[in-house]
Amino acid sequence: MAEGLLRAVDIYKSFVGVQALKKVSFEINPGEIHCLAGENGSGKSTLIKVISGVYSPDSGYMEFGGKRYEKITPIDAIQSGIQVIYQDFSIFPNLTVMENLAFNSELADRRKIVNWKRMRKIATDAIAKINFKVDLDAMVGTLTVAEKQMIAISRALMFNTKLIIMDEPTTALTKREVRNLFNIILKLKERGIAILFVSHKLNEVFEISEKFTILRSGELVATGSTADLDSEKFSFFMTGREFQKKTFVPLNVSKEPIFQAKGIGMKSAFHDVSFDLRRGEIIGITGLLDSGRTELALSLFGIRPIDHGAVLVNGEEVKIINPQVAMQHKIGYVPEDRLSEGLFLTQSIADNIVISEIDSLANKIGILDHKRRSEEIERWVRELAISTPNPDNACQTLSGGNQQRVVLAKWLALNLDILILNGPTVGVDIGSKHDIHGILQKLAEEGLALLIISDDLPEVLENCSRILVMKSGSIVADLDAAKSDEKTILSYMM
Amino acid sequence: MKSTISNTLQKLSRRNEPYVFLVLMLLCVLIEIRSGQFFSSNNLVDIASAFAVPGLFAIGAFMVIISGGIDVSFPALASLSVYATTKFLLDVNYQGGVWLAILIALALGAILGAFNGLFIGYFRLPALIVTLGSSSVFKGIMQGALNSKQLTVIPIGMKNFGTSSLFIAKNPVSGLTSRMPVAILAFLIVLFLVYFLMRYTMFGRGLYGIGGSEISAHRAGFGVRNTKFIMYVMVGMIASLAGVMRVCMMQQAHPTNMLGMEMNIIAGVVLGGTAITGGRGTLLGCMLGTLLIVIVENSLILIGVPTSWKSVFTGLLIIIGTGVSAYQVSRMNRVRSVETVAKEVV
Ligand SMILES: Nc1ncnc2c1ncn2[C@@H]1O[C@H](COP(=O)(O)OP(=O)(O)O)[C@@H](O)[C@H]1O
Ligand SMILES: [Mg+2]
Repeated sequence: MAEGLLRAVDIYKSFVGVQALKKVSFEINPGEIHCLAGENGSGKSTLIKVISGVYSPDSGYMEFGGKRYEKITPIDAIQSGIQVIYQDFSIFPNLTVMENLAFNSELADRRKIVNWKRMRKIATDAIAKINFKVDLDAMVGTLTVAEKQMIAISRALMFNTKLIIMDEPTTALTKREVRNLFNIILKLKERGIAILFVSHKLNEVFEISEKFTILRSGELVATGSTADLDSEKFSFFMTGREFQKKTFVPLNVSKEPIFQAKGIGMKSAFHDVSFDLRRGEIIGITGLLDSGRTELALSLFGIRPIDHGAVLVNGEEVKIINPQVAMQHKIGYVPEDRLSEGLFLTQSIADNIVISEIDSLANKIGILDHKRRSEEIERWVRELAISTPNPDNACQTLSGGNQQRVVLAKWLALNLDILILNGPTVGVDIGSKHDIHGILQKLAEEGLALLIISDDLPEVLENCSRILVMKSGSIVADLDAAKSDEKTILSYMM
Repeated sequence: MKSTISNTLQKLSRRNEPYVFLVLMLLCVLIEIRSGQFFSSNNLVDIASAFAVPGLFAIGAFMVIISGGIDVSFPALASLSVYATTKFLLDVNYQGGVWLAILIALALGAILGAFNGLFIGYFRLPALIVTLGSSSVFKGIMQGALNSKQLTVIPIGMKNFGTSSLFIAKNPVSGLTSRMPVAILAFLIVLFLVYFLMRYTMFGRGLYGIGGSEISAHRAGFGVRNTKFIMYVMVGMIASLAGVMRVCMMQQAHPTNMLGMEMNIIAGVVLGGTAITGGRGTLLGCMLGTLLIVIVENSLILIGVPTSWKSVFTGLLIIIGTGVSAYQVSRMNRVRSVETVAKEVV
């Protein structure tokens, strides 16, 4: 087969009230690494499900291996060599690695009786294909995310696989694990297996894929070879908006520092850290994962109190021994993993916004003032442009970027002086990222002092006035953001 | 070599069965020391004979819990089918062997189980709600339609089966004798069949799979609905068989006598290490847990604990048992996060 492994032509698919795909065409060749990008809700998962037969399209057709299908069933898809690796990997956490690997092929062979010896052999062969080493008798629930993913990949390869589709495979992985995954993807490519992977991370798209397809609101906006793509075009295709980078220029910087760290340290995490933070300033703290940057942030907010040095707020020493003390001194903290740390996902957006100021919304006898509550909520939803039809919806109905805004709103509602943000745009799509940056800069102009902890170098360069680089627990450089670049920062980080 | 031994030990320490076994042994030894009666042959036979019916129920409850479901209707189901069977056989004045009673009860059990399976498997309603409801329905049919009263006479075949024994154990000291009922064979056969089913068939592994992740099972191409349906049918049959055994052994059919057993049975299953959330647990553990409950229920009297205290002990056992498994889960998670961090740093 010389060309064209899979072609999907003019696919339409709608759900009640939502046109998820509008005239989308897509093509992939054997051995091609193809990235499918698009913001949340743009229809990526829907396209994958149409291709793999989970959904049947309203119109349009597909060609697989030269054969035309008006619609394809999941069985057809598997038999044609399409394997999907879902975000949750479709594993059985309660079963052993061996059973997880062998289950699907045993089912496919319509076996009724289990032969444990044969299962072990199937499993051994499966992991050998990608040189994956793992205890076959370990319970899958005890493995790391990356290991689970390897199991899903090994399992997908057991069939006569020609195309592997991965839905956001890198979201939950560390950098090292992403590296490892990419190596495996490259090896699969050598064997002529095509890979379609969903991602909205710019660097990943550029690093690994040869072809890309970008969807926006269910429509195909661009497809072609990655070599012809640059980051501006990518952002534009994703969002339909042109972004001018707005580099932060500190305007109203206060004379006196509002926050000072004097030689602070915490055992085995960081030591001898000193810096001054003024109103109107945004300081960036960057460094590798183990540089102590996250611990520093946690200490400043009192989650893991310091054991050395002193912290001064408005010139007076303050012992920040817990988050309550930090909050009394108008310090707020937006955690890195907003999903697990910052929000009550099943509660309403409104409740999440007012949760930390709930005391101040109550009247003298402790009864909640509903009018003030809804005023506050309205104000923050408007000011931070949280896009929701109704603030009483659960927080989990929001996209990542909007969830991050709710966390911000929750803290800003407290009228803070100092806001610490750890990885403010991790896992957030480009459009929201841009908006969040705008909000942060505006807040600084209004007199807030901000501290951003991030390893996203363009982010710190664009949004900070000063950058502190951490390495092995201490500050190794204090740079003027306007006068430095990624290379300089990297040289200090490594 | 050494490392493989410690590895095995480590793996064992993460399982529940060794702990339950240990507690079981401790309890037995304690009773033996206090009473000198526990390990006497007739007491052991008594326990075995008391174990047959709860054992059967526990096997059914085990399958349901493994699949991620729960069934609180099995005592009512068993009562209804065995009551209907007995009454019918009395009405037709049946004089033959027990096999017809067993067959009819199995058929009724399958139908009643299918009722559960239909709502849980095909209509995807929550198992607890469905079985709470069906439990009422079964009781209602029994009391309303069948106008149930205690049947003090049972068909001759059932009566003979209930009094026949495999062997008789005699306590040389006290002179007391105990019969090993033939009913124990029914338990052993079901135990063997279900063991085979759960370990060596795709159906059984599928139950584990469904209990672990229903979505994954579905995506793997497993017939989740059918599997659940068939399982509830099987469980209905096992429960009905237990009902027949119970009536034969008691020599009378009492409509409400089995009701309320569900809590202790489920407790025993969970005590034996079966995760109430589904997907994890072994039949061996389940049997040990149930045995523990049965011994507490039947033998505390040997050491002079008044029967009114039974429920306190059972309750304590459940708390300890679930506590141990919760502790193990948290320890496993801790080990795991340390490992993750270690991998991260390397
Ligand atoms: N099963 C479904 N029922 C109704 N709407 C759906 C369903 N699946 C997806 N959608 C809608 O279709 C659109 C595209 O969704 P999806 O393909 O999941 O986007 P993506 O994967 O790019 O984030 C969204 O507006 C989503 O709400
Ligand atoms: Mg998606």
